[in-house]
Order: sequence, then structure tokens, then C-alpha cells
Amino acid sequence: MSARRRPGALLHWIGVHALAVAAALFFVLPFVFLLLTSLMSDQQALTRDLWPRTWEWGNYATVWHTPGFLTWWRNTLLYAGLGTLLTVVSSVPVAYALAKFRFRGRRLALLLVIAMMMLPPQVVVIPMYLFWARQLDLSGTLWPLIVPMAFGDAFSVFLLRQFLLTIPDEYLDAARVDGCGELRTLLRVVLPMAKPGIAAVALFQFFAAWNDYFGPQIYASDNPAAWTLSYGLESFKGAHHTNWNLTMAATVLVMAPVILLFFLAQKAFVEGVTLTGVKG
Amino acid sequence: MAPTALAAKHRRSALRTLAFLSPWLIGFAVFFAYPLLSTAYFSFTRYDGFRPPSFNGTANWSYVLTDYPLFWPALRNTLWLVVVMVSCRVVFGLGVGLLVTKVRTGAGIFRTLFYLPYLAPPVAATLAFVFLLNPGTGPVDTLLEGVGLPGPGWFTDPAWSKPALTALALWGVGDLMVIFMAALLDVPKEQYEAAELDGAGAWARFRHITLPNISPIILFAVVTGVIQAMQYYTQPLVAGKAAAGVIGGSGQQFEPGYPDRSTLTLPQLVYNLGFQRFDYGAACVLALVLFALSMAFTALLMRRRGALTGAGR
Repeated sequence: MSARRRPGALLHWIGVHALAVAAALFFVLPFVFLLLTSLMSDQQALTRDLWPRTWEWGNYATVWHTPGFLTWWRNTLLYAGLGTLLTVVSSVPVAYALAKFRFRGRRLALLLVIAMMMLPPQVVVIPMYLFWARQLDLSGTLWPLIVPMAFGDAFSVFLLRQFLLTIPDEYLDAARVDGCGELRTLLRVVLPMAKPGIAAVALFQFFAAWNDYFGPQIYASDNPAAWTLSYGLESFKGAHHTNWNLTMAATVLVMAPVILLFFLAQKAFVEGVTLTGVKG
Repeated sequence: MAPTALAAKHRRSALRTLAFLSPWLIGFAVFFAYPLLSTAYFSFTRYDGFRPPSFNGTANWSYVLTDYPLFWPALRNTLWLVVVMVSCRVVFGLGVGLLVTKVRTGAGIFRTLFYLPYLAPPVAATLAFVFLLNPGTGPVDTLLEGVGLPGPGWFTDPAWSKPALTALALWGVGDLMVIFMAALLDVPKEQYEAAELDGAGAWARFRHITLPNISPIILFAVVTGVIQAMQYYTQPLVAGKAAAGVIGGSGQQFEPGYPDRSTLTLPQLVYNLGFQRFDYGAACVLALVLFALSMAFTALLMRRRGALTGAGR
């Protein structure tokens, strides 16, 4: 289009890009104010100033050394890291069976996976809480959130199945003709081809655990030693409710890893988002 | 092949399927079927978690629907969110998606910037917005009053708390933007070229070519938005607590929905009844209401868009 310029093309270009810049301000300014406030002094953060008078980099050290903050980090990494690993290991075979095996009840199984995927965690929380807290005495830990991930996460199964459907059956048949059993076919042939799908699922699961508030609130609220960053951050705000500078510094420290991870794995992530909405 | 060999082969393949499905089969039984049935059973009992549940008929149901003061405000808020927040998000997401497909210079940078806020963890994003929209000293009101507009009370004013949550939801519109962007790029170019030859203007092209082509994606966005609105929990809860200045952590009794029940949503009621009042029976009634609503809209999504499952493949 740009080769044969029509009259008004320049105007069109200016209009579109002005709108884009305006939208960019809406999306970026909150981050900017957040960062600027996190670098103000206690007093200045309570004023209407937008720009720090002195740059208090020490705020980040203060937050970092708040009792508990490192524990929240460790807990979050355990919940998100181990949880993601368990989810991938348990969901891949299920998704493979749903995508590539023919068996009676396959459609029903898929419907149930979707039902589980859409289920708000609050629906089953009462019996689940009683089960973990009363029968297994595990309240005050994150195990009630981690252990279930060893039994296939519905969203991950669904997403992986959608991905595996795109792998042509011919590859699997070729492996079977060569004498591979189903497990070997899955490990040697399917897994290498499914890497982008697995990466997307792992990212989503990691983010979901990182962001989870309801789970830690139910199972870990009584024991600060088991809090995660998302849960601890809210109590940090409560305890420092006049120190907006520290709260914003803590907020930045909770956001930063997720955003960093996104930049490291941007392609897999956007592919995954697209897969949830458009594929099938 | 001899019949017995064939039967053996069938049995082997059934066992193999079972083995591959086994993690999920256990998960389904233990973390879905069993708690769902228990929830249904508890909803007809008086149960505080200590004494064994005792059958009390429909007492919990009539309590929740008539006497529980938080139920109807929460339902009204949910309806507001479904109507206003979901439509704002879909329209805005479509607009931003459209914009991103038109940008020629720096498209990659714009796309990344528009997408980033979607990644901000909900608790962190909510706290950031409570600060940004802090009445009096927050940057947004400072800017508004700088140009002579009155700064609303946002999260501290019952009339403005849901619009403030909507602003937060619009900030995180990146997921919809990506989905709409993909859909818009899939619209056949020839249709636009043909329309342009016929002299159709930009609006006519959008109305008669773009919209019909992406309508399945719009429906998908609306229905998933409705499902998310019904499950809306972390943001309204954290916003209410942060704006009220409640100390977080354990043990505190916090009347949810600050200010004036305006940020109350259905999932918060399950927590309020179950974990603050220890009325598990009534909490299970709400859990079932939530379940019924979620499943109804999921069914709608699948019926109108069998595509979600690959239409019975």
C-alpha cells in the first residue's frame, strides 16, 4: 500500500500512530508512576508529587530485608516451580490419550475436562479444605495446592490436546511401524514436536501459581511461614498502609520476575494465548 | 487373527488408554467428583465443620436467598460487571487489536507495551491501582484536578469502585488484544480489496466485512468474559481491603465489599460464609449457585462454538 501513496495516506499514518501513542501512555504510565513512587521518601509518597525529590534506592533493600519477604519468595518458587513440573508431567500423557487414542468415552472425558477447567475453585473449596485440613492435617502448608497438580490440570490438558491435534498422525504411525510402543512414541516422537505447546502450558501454570491468591488464603493464611508473594504482598500493604513507597517497591518486586520471564519466552507465550482462543 | 488374540489386543489397548489417563482419572474423582457431591450434600445440612453435618432440608437455601444480607448485593454487582465490565473489555480489546494491526512503525514495540499489563499479578496490579486512584493524593486525581476536573473517590466511593475495577480490567486487556489481533489477520484480504473497489468506506468495510468474519471470536470473548466476571475474586477483595486500610493476614474479621458492599462478588460470599462465619452448609449453597452459573455459560460457549473442542473429533 505504501508504494502507491494515496492522498491522505500520510494523514492516516499520523492518526493511527497518534492513537497508538495515546494507548501506549494508558498502558505504560501506571508502571511509570509505580516506579517513581517506589523511589520516593516516606513523606513524599504521601504528597501529590509525581517526581521523586530524592531517589531512595534503599526502599528496595528495606523491602527485601522485611522479615518474611525471602520466605515468601522461596514458597512462591516452590509452589510455582514444583507445581509446574508436576502439571506438565501428569498432563502430557492425558492430553496425548485424548488427542490421539480412539476409545469409548473419549468425548465424555473431554467434556469433563472442560467442565473442570471452567470450575471456579470456590465451588469445591469447602470439602477440599476439610479433606486437607482435617483428614490430612496439612493446613498451614502449600501442599494442598501442589499435590493436586500431580493429577493433571484440566486447563493444561485441554491446551496440550489442542496442540497435539495439530501433529499429523503419520508421524505416530511411522514410529509405531518402527516398533515403538506408545510410551516410546510419546517420548521420542511427540514430545520433541510438542515443545512449543509444553512451553506455553508451563508458562501459564507458573504464572497461575505465582498469581494465586485464593489458594494460599485458604490453606496458608494461618501460617506466615507458608505465605507466597501474592498473599504476602497484600498483608505487606496492610502493615505499611501509610508507606506507599515501600508498598510500591514490594509491588514492583512481585511484578518484575513475571515480566522478565515474559521477555525470555515471549514467543511461546503469545502462541499459547492465541491457542486458547482461536484454535480448534 | 484368532478371536482370542483380537480380544487380548483390545484389552491391551484399553489398559494402555487407562494408564495414560490415570493421573487425570484420579484427579477427577478426588478433586472434582467427590468434593462436588459433598458440596451438594452439605448444602442440605447444618454444618460448622466440628460437629457432624445434620440434615436440615432447604433451610440453608432459604437463608441465603432471603435472609443473608450479602447475597443480593453480590448478585447485583455481578450483573453490573457482566453488563458493563465485560462489554467495555470486549470493545476496548477489539479496538486495541484493530489499532495494532494498523500500526506500521514500531508495531512490535506497541504490541508488547499493550500486552505487558495483562501479565501483572492481580494482587500487585490491584494495589498499584488503589495507589494510582487514591483520592486526593493519587497521580490520576492529581492529573484530573490539574486540568480542572473533579477527582472521584474511586475505590473509596460506592458509586466509583466498580468503574475503578473496570479501569483495572481494561489495563489488563492484553489477552483479548492478542486473540482479536489473530482473528483480524485471518480475515481474507480479497474481501477488503473487493469492497474498496466498490467504493465502501472504512466504516462500511468494518461493519460488513470485519465484524461478520470475527463474530465467533467476539462471542468467545463475551462468554469467557461472563464466566470470568462470575468468578471475579482477587481484584475486588484486595481493592476493598486495601482501600479500607485493613491489616492483611490471618484472623481479622473483615466485612467484605468495601465501600458499602459495592465490590462484593459471589465467590467472596463462599469465603465469608465458610471461612469467616463457619456456616459450611450455607457456603455450599453459594458454591452450587456459582457452579450452576459457570456451567450454564460454559455450555452456551460450547453449543455456539463447538469449535472449542474441535467439534466432536
